[in-house]
Order: sequence, then structure tokens, then C-alpha cells
Amino acid sequence: MNVNPDLIATLVKYGVMFAVFINVAPIMNWVERRACAFIQDRPGPNRVGPIGLFQPLADALKFMFKEDVTPSAADRPLYLMAPALALLPAFTTFVVIPFGPDLTVDGRTIPLVIADVDTGVLLFLALSSLAVYSLVMAGYASNNKFSLLGSIRASAQLISYELALTIAVLAVIIPVGSFRLNDVVAYQQAHVWNFIPQIIGFLVFLIAAFAETNRLPFDLPEAESELVAGFHTEYGAMRFALFFQAEYTNMAALSALGVTLYFGGWSLPGVHLSGWLGAALGLAVLVAKIAICMAVFVWVRWTFPRFRYDQLMRLGWKILLPLSILNLILVAAMTLAGWLGSAPNVS
Amino acid sequence: METAIFFIFAALALGSAIVVVAHKSPVYSTLSLVLTLFSVAVLFVLLGAPFLGALQILIYAGAIVVLFLFVIMLLNLQKEETARNVRGAQAWVALIGAVVFAGMLVLLFWRRAAPAAGPLTEELVSLKALARVMFTDYLLPFEIVGLLLLVAVIGATVAARKSSDSPGADLGFDRSDEEPKEARP
Repeated sequence: MNVNPDLIATLVKYGVMFAVFINVAPIMNWVERRACAFIQDRPGPNRVGPIGLFQPLADALKFMFKEDVTPSAADRPLYLMAPALALLPAFTTFVVIPFGPDLTVDGRTIPLVIADVDTGVLLFLALSSLAVYSLVMAGYASNNKFSLLGSIRASAQLISYELALTIAVLAVIIPVGSFRLNDVVAYQQAHVWNFIPQIIGFLVFLIAAFAETNRLPFDLPEAESELVAGFHTEYGAMRFALFFQAEYTNMAALSALGVTLYFGGWSLPGVHLSGWLGAALGLAVLVAKIAICMAVFVWVRWTFPRFRYDQLMRLGWKILLPLSILNLILVAAMTLAGWLGSAPNVS
Repeated sequence: METAIFFIFAALALGSAIVVVAHKSPVYSTLSLVLTLFSVAVLFVLLGAPFLGALQILIYAGAIVVLFLFVIMLLNLQKEETARNVRGAQAWVALIGAVVFAGMLVLLFWRRAAPAAGPLTEELVSLKALARVMFTDYLLPFEIVGLLLLVAVIGATVAARKSSDSPGADLGFDRSDEEPKEARP
């Protein structure tokens, strides 16, 4: 059988990244509950397995064996489609994240990024912007007032934050001169991690990332103390688990984008990685950086109170958007002045 | 392979476009519009213009249609019931659309004798080429479009302010300097 080697390489790379990202939700489930217990000075889940490590397994079994209920007043096709759609952006965005140095196998160079496309960052932003449709569909199809309110909030929140997020990301692209994330990593290896010259942009990105993933302090679409459970009030069993999975996978994907844009991605300063060992180390470094980001997500969630809806809108439009534009102008000026250096080998 | 992808997504684009117009529920129409835009974005990518494809999803599917949905759900529009009252207007609009479409077809086949431009090449649609053309040859039209959009934004703001004395209060916003009101999403 004659199979295209590029196709095999792509499938293997997707398999590696999928294995990393599919395991984020169960692990984070445990981390989140233990960390919140620690912050609230209580033990948390510690009965199933050593220090409660098998709790996610028990949860997964419980999700699978629970009865799957569809509300009789629900809009059935949309209701069933929404959770599946939630996973689509979650498991497609990471294709543009590079996770190691180029590998040479059988004389052909394989870049360690699943989709090595010119429009890398844009593709990420485009796909992640589709995530809101599953929330909106879920809330609308459930035919429940709380769900609908959650959906309306989700759509308004997305519009307010995506603009600031996109402009912050564009500022990173200016000195690099390429949308390809591997070039962004190479630029940071040659110069300095982007979060130092672009601290404003990084802060805007960080805040917008919390809003984009609907995490506290911006979890308005869910807001369990106001809206029961927001857009997924009517979902139970495995369908709820899919939303849960999507939330954590989105967090991990956005963390991956964040560390690639601002913290050097898979590279470490002063260390030259190459070959198979380099590839393994690169992946390990990327996963470690994502893990740190996820820990920050959890830490923030159990530390800050929730924003009120109007405060959230005001923060997005009146503070983050002007700040991101200011950052864009600053970075453009610094690039023109030559302070940020030029990008290495960008075609 | 590419031909198969083209036919799948061309059919999806056409089918979902028909659903956009024909479906009675505005939410279904809007969601079909997302599918239409996504399929057209795939066609852009097939044409060798991934940049346009990504922007199509990012701006239209990711932002503008979200606004549509926001408005539809905020007003809680139910299924369309007054379709018969607007049949006359619909007929006129359809007629105008048909005439314009026929005109475009005529122009297309009439012009066929002398092809004006070559096929779209990677060079022509690459990001750098696009940016260069936009900021040199077409700088004036580009700036005018920007100005036009700014005018539209200001116009919309002014119109929204006139209709109620506390702007945007019913959308859950409040005026920045006042005491925050209860949010009413």
C-alpha cells in the first residue's frame, strides 16, 4: 500500500497533541477540586485512590451511566448538536501550535506543528471564535429562561472581548512579520520573550482569555449563583461532560497560544533543542508551560469574585480595547525604531 | 480530493443559504448563515486564499453573526407568523435580485471573449501582496471605506442615544459615571 508520508506525519502529530489535550479535562477536574479545597481550607476529594487521584475516573463512569434526559420543550436537533459542536473548536485550534523543533526523518524535514500554514494565528482566532455558537445553541434550544439569559450573555461577552484579544495578538505579530507561530517562537529565541516588551498586550490577552473561556471572574454565561447553571442548566450526564471537556480543552488551547506568543512556546532561553530528544523536550516544555497557565486559571477562579454584567462590558469596551490599541501603536513605534530587532529567517 | 471538497462545500453553501431565506425560525436562519459563511471560507481556502478564508470566519461568522444572534435572542423573536403580509414586498425584492443576477450572468458570458485577468496565483493572494496593493494602489478607496465605517458607527451611536434618555440602559449597560444600575440583560 502506498501511503503519503506527509499524511502519516500529520496523523501522528495530531495523535500526540490529541493525547495531550484530551487528558486535560480529567486531570484539571482533580486539580481544580483539590486546589479550591486547599484555598478554602478543606480536604477536597481524597477517598478514591491515593490523594483522590482516581476521582476523575469515578466521575467519568458516573457521567456515562447517568440517564440522558432531553427536556420535552427543547428544540431537539439544536439541543443534541450543541454539546458536540462545543468540542469542535476545542479540538481543532491546537493544530497551529508548534510543539518542538523541526525533525528530520528519512531526509525529509517535518515541522512539529500539525498545520504549518501561513495564517496560523488567524486560523486559531477564527476557529476559537466559533466556540460561542455551541453556548448560544445550548441556551436557546433548552427552552429555559436561565439558559437563554446565559446564551445572551455569552454572545455579548464574546463580541466585547474578542476585539481586544485579537488586537493584542496582532501586536505580537508586528515585530515578527509572520502569522506562523513557529516564526514567533524563533523570534523569541533570537531576542527576548515577548511578555517583557509587550507587557500591556500580555495583560490584555490574559484578561480577555479569562472572558473568552468563560472562567471566573468572567463566567457570566454560567454564573451559578444567578442563573442556576446558565447555558447548560438543562444538560446532564455525558452531554454535560462534553461541555465540561470543551471548557478545559479551550483553556488549554488558549494557554498554549498564550505561552507561544508571550513565553517562547516550546523553547527555553539559551537552550538549543534539536533531534528526537529536542522534540520530546520541546513537547515537555510546552506542556509544563501550559500547566503553569492552567494553575493560574484555577488560582484566579477561587480567589476573585465574579464581575457584574455591566462591569464586564465596561471593562471590555472602555478599558481593554483602548489599552490594546495603545499597545499596538507602542509596539509598531518600537518596531519602526528598531528596538525590537528583526525576525530571523522570515521569508 | 480537492474537487470532492469543492462540491461538498459548494452544495453546503447553497443549501444552507436556502435555509437562511426559507426557514421560519430566525435562530435557525442565523445558524444556517454561519454554515454558509463557513462553507464559503472553505471555498476561499481552496482558491488559494487562506487569509480571506480565515478573515471570513473571524469577522463574519465569529463576530457579526454573533451580534445578529444576540439581537434575535434579546428580542426573543419567535417563529415568523406574518409572512403573508410581506409577500408583495418579497416578490419585488426577488424580482430585483433576479434582474441583477441575470445581468451579472450576461456580463460574465459576454466578457468571456477577452479574459481580463489570469488565474489567482499564490503570489496574487498572499498576505504581503494583498497588504502592498491595499496600502499603495488602493490606499484612497481603503481610507474612504474606513471613514465610511466610522461614520456608520457614529451614526448608530447617535441614533441609539436619541431613542432613549439613558443610552443602552435596556441592554444592561449603564453610563460610566453614574451609580451603576441593576444589570438587565
